[in-house]
Amino acid sequence: MAQRQEKNIARIGVYAFLAIMAAFFLMPLYVMVATSLKTMDEVRGSSIFAFPLRPTLEAWKTAWSSACTGLTCSGVSVGFFNSLKIMIPSTFLSILLGAVTGYALSFWRPKGAGIIFAVLVVAAFIPYQVFIYPLVRVLSQVGLYNSLAGIIMVHVIFGLPVMVLMFRNYYAGLPRDLFSAARVDGGGFWDIFFRLMLPLSPPILIVAVILQSTHIWNDFLFGLVFAGSDNRPMTVLLNNIVNTTQGEKAYNVDMAATILTALVPLVIYLASGRWFVRGIAAGAVKG
Amino acid sequence: MHGLWRGRLQVTLAMLPAWIIVIGVFIGAMIWTFVISMTNSRLIPIYKFNFFDQYVRLMNQDAWLVSVGNLVVFGVLFILVCLVLGFLMAVMMDQKIRAESLFRTIFLYPYAMSFVVTGLVWQWVLNPTFGIQATMRSWGFDNFVFDWIVRPDRAIFVLVLAAVWQGSGLVMAILLAGLRGVDEDLWKATKVDGIAKWRVYTSIVLPIIAPMAATATVLLSVSVVKAYDLVVALTGGGPGNATEVPAKFVMENLFERQNVALANAGAIMMLAAVVVIATPIYYARRYMAQKAAG
Repeated sequence: MAQRQEKNIARIGVYAFLAIMAAFFLMPLYVMVATSLKTMDEVRGSSIFAFPLRPTLEAWKTAWSSACTGLTCSGVSVGFFNSLKIMIPSTFLSILLGAVTGYALSFWRPKGAGIIFAVLVVAAFIPYQVFIYPLVRVLSQVGLYNSLAGIIMVHVIFGLPVMVLMFRNYYAGLPRDLFSAARVDGGGFWDIFFRLMLPLSPPILIVAVILQSTHIWNDFLFGLVFAGSDNRPMTVLLNNIVNTTQGEKAYNVDMAATILTALVPLVIYLASGRWFVRGIAAGAVKG
Repeated sequence: MHGLWRGRLQVTLAMLPAWIIVIGVFIGAMIWTFVISMTNSRLIPIYKFNFFDQYVRLMNQDAWLVSVGNLVVFGVLFILVCLVLGFLMAVMMDQKIRAESLFRTIFLYPYAMSFVVTGLVWQWVLNPTFGIQATMRSWGFDNFVFDWIVRPDRAIFVLVLAAVWQGSGLVMAILLAGLRGVDEDLWKATKVDGIAKWRVYTSIVLPIIAPMAATATVLLSVSVVKAYDLVVALTGGGPGNATEVPAKFVMENLFERQNVALANAGAIMMLAAVVVIATPIYYARRYMAQKAAG
């Protein structure tokens, strides 16, 4: 009996701990949503934890279409579309390049495969600041600095290490006989890639899409340095709106803009569920 | 024979972009950065070498020393708290609980968001005039003080708090995967022997999942050295220089202060820090893996 009681207490302890942690993790999300649904009068007059009395989407509208950074007042919507324009091609190209390179490395044993692989493993850990200045110089020489093509290129370059490692590991796990049989049948490099390997790749492709799209959407540093004022991604615009406001801050608008920026990766995360965790695990393999 | 030759050519062509990136960026740009760090270039590269002058200048510059000191405090606390909290969460999640996937979703969602978002949310929650402090006072705790975000001696802990919120779910996920790999028989055997569960976790399970903990530590360390977005969004380096970090120092000297050589020396020092941190962990992890394999 005593043992049973002890076990019950332990169960309660486990759930109490998890509940407290859950509250800690959810609190900022709640505060962010609650603040964004209030008017500024209500924000000033109530606690940040208070439930909005008359929820209104006014702050969301302002954040989306007319919040100001300096003299431009067009909200975060510009950044939203810029981020899409950056994210979609960058995700597609970095995955394509990672898949082809990973496939070549695992099955075709190209010359210098060991060197490429070693450099990519190490490169995944190097602080970006080490590469930024030379990249700025080169990209401005060829006229790609502060352009959409330039920022996409930067994302493809720095996505390469993790993408190659992921695809190489995945392809290394496929039976080699499959590849040998295709070779005997006279399949060439691209035949085997497009008709045999790619159809076998959906699991790793899904993980790669989740990883790259959230990563690129959340990027701040590269967007700040390489995108230029016409292509500023949503994260950069958001930071400008919130942290460079002159005069009185509109906290409800700030929080609405923040949620809007978090929305895309959150939706990807919630929709992908366990795949997201697999992506993290795959990304962690590089350790 | 012709087909074979064509096959090799295609492989070579397919590997070309990777080679260009590896040689041109990952090796070339790194060397270039190092070379510039040995000059006294300000706005554009000028190849008049003064070797390690910039490094000496860096070591004598308060702004740099303060930012390194901040990063050490931040990094040690952030990694420690993340590991402890992540391990506790993973263990609790491993107790065959209900709604496991719900808890997992809640603990991990901050990791899906941008550091900028994390920074701005915590800036708001910790705002002394409106945030937690104001709320506690309005609930009757008139003398409640929680103004760390505006206090130079406390602001660094705010950075830790926000970073832990974002990153500890990741540690939980990695360690939980490790716990799930622990043999069921171990639990049966220790139960028969009447060993307390917490002892099994600390003495037997912890060493088994040590390689995962090492992986998590490497990931966290790398994110510490890279720390930039979170600082810019949450505190902007302030109050004063209380939360300045090396990555921000490098960026400012590159793009605002036109101290390109000094900035690149700073970047090389960041790289050196990563090497110094990651190499022992890498070898320790390999050693542990070898020992585990027998």
